[in-house]
Amino acid sequence: MKGYRHAASGVLVPLAALAFWQLLSTMGWVNATILPSPGAVLVKWWAYLRPLEAFDPSQGSYLKWCFTGELIQDTIGSLYRVLAGFAIGGGLALPLGLVMGYSRVAYGLFNPLVQVLRPIPPIAYIPLSILWFGLGNPPAVFLISIGAFFPVLMNTVTGVQTVDSIYLRVGRNLGASRLTQFTRIILPAATPYIFTGARIGMGTAFIVVIVSEMIAVNNGLGYRILEAREYLWSDKIIAGMFTIGLLGLGIDTLMSRLSSHLLKWHRGLEQG
Amino acid sequence: MRDAATHISVQGVHKVFESGGQEVHALRAIDLEVPRGQFVCLLGPSGCGKSTLLNAVAGFSLATSGTITVDGQAITEPGPDRGMVFQEYALFPWMTVEQNVAFGLEIKGTEKAAIHEKVASLLAMLNLTDFRKRYPKDLSGGMRQRVAIARVLALDSPIMLMDEPFGALDALTRRNLQDELLRIWTELKKTILFVTHSIEEALYLADRTVVMTYRPGTIKRDLMVDLERPRDVASPAFNALKKELGHLLMEEQTRHNQAEFKGAAVD
Repeated sequence: MKGYRHAASGVLVPLAALAFWQLLSTMGWVNATILPSPGAVLVKWWAYLRPLEAFDPSQGSYLKWCFTGELIQDTIGSLYRVLAGFAIGGGLALPLGLVMGYSRVAYGLFNPLVQVLRPIPPIAYIPLSILWFGLGNPPAVFLISIGAFFPVLMNTVTGVQTVDSIYLRVGRNLGASRLTQFTRIILPAATPYIFTGARIGMGTAFIVVIVSEMIAVNNGLGYRILEAREYLWSDKIIAGMFTIGLLGLGIDTLMSRLSSHLLKWHRGLEQG
Repeated sequence: MRDAATHISVQGVHKVFESGGQEVHALRAIDLEVPRGQFVCLLGPSGCGKSTLLNAVAGFSLATSGTITVDGQAITEPGPDRGMVFQEYALFPWMTVEQNVAFGLEIKGTEKAAIHEKVASLLAMLNLTDFRKRYPKDLSGGMRQRVAIARVLALDSPIMLMDEPFGALDALTRRNLQDELLRIWTELKKTILFVTHSIEEALYLADRTVVMTYRPGTIKRDLMVDLERPRDVASPAFNALKKELGHLLMEEQTRHNQAEFKGAAVD
């Protein structure tokens, strides 16, 4: 009962916003090119989603045909870049973060450079990325990997550095070797931080993918909303924006589900 | 000097810390011979160096001078022959009860089947069998400390070091675990060094109670507790000892307080 009421109050504000938006349009208070009605956006969304060509069995299966819609193709394109960039950026940041967190020497060597590079927004790398990688996916993936790199790195370093020393004392008392200490104590103890870093990194990757698609590639959700602007298709712009929002929400929910599943031992997640 | 019965031997141990630019003499000229199988409580107010002494025996922080030997071997590092139980339990939160207890055996390289058997018997011994799949966060303090004890027992170490292990527990759980520890000690014949600031706990548990002084930590009184077990905390004999130790401890507590006041005045 309580859960119901909670869910009901959760849709109240969005519904009110939608109603207000619809009101603006129906009353003709705003130009439809500036802000199309919710209905028009929905119609465009559907058109953007469904396959452009009629189903033709000679071209392959029905399922395959279902995925030929522009929106689906754009989503796949964007997701591919996010995942590739995240895998590269996170994949490099994780081992470096572990080493920097574990070894004071490594920390002393790398931290100054990291601190200088970290505040540079990935977007500032756009000119260089095009110069280095040309056009297409490579510069986009490069930018995304930079966006994902630093959150994963910083959180991994903190995670390893803040491992409670009592666990290490217990490990030594039980006779654990340095390697065992690292793999069985430091690594698992740092995972809550690493997961937080991964979640933030994924969020950054998602922001950067949209920007990167506006410069170097010719598909993807970011590309599509910029293209729609050229034609003043504001309904398509908004449909694209909502797709980006929902996709981001979906990814974040997935990440958070995954981490609460893997970290079910963690005290902070008791209520989850 | 060491006779065959001596298990842990502490000779002329000094420990000096650096704290805020000042030298703190945590331990001074400590001599202590612990025979095999003896249950020794180190008793004193906070800051008396009893935990420092325990940590030196554990090998976490070595003595500044003097020697500590176990079976004649000088201690240079921590090791599974001296299992330690901490006040804050220190269970690995990412491991289940079972995994926590098995960890030391895995490090040792014990065979899987043997680990399984050993863990099962220890969990049974400490009434933890039903909780074996739980994570530490789902356990009460008393349960957690049972797991920590099981984890140390799994090592089969002849020595158990316990640093105020029951300090954070409520009175009933505490008594319960004290009884259980005595049962285990009788059964497994371990040598136990047990740090506490509770006079009653020391008298209830120990064969021998070593009272320590506030900085520098020295041995103020080395008392054999010749009371029959199970001990009755309400008996006149128990209370006579309690009173005697209470006086000794209060003297040290007073020195502790004076030192703190002096410190505060300097600040």
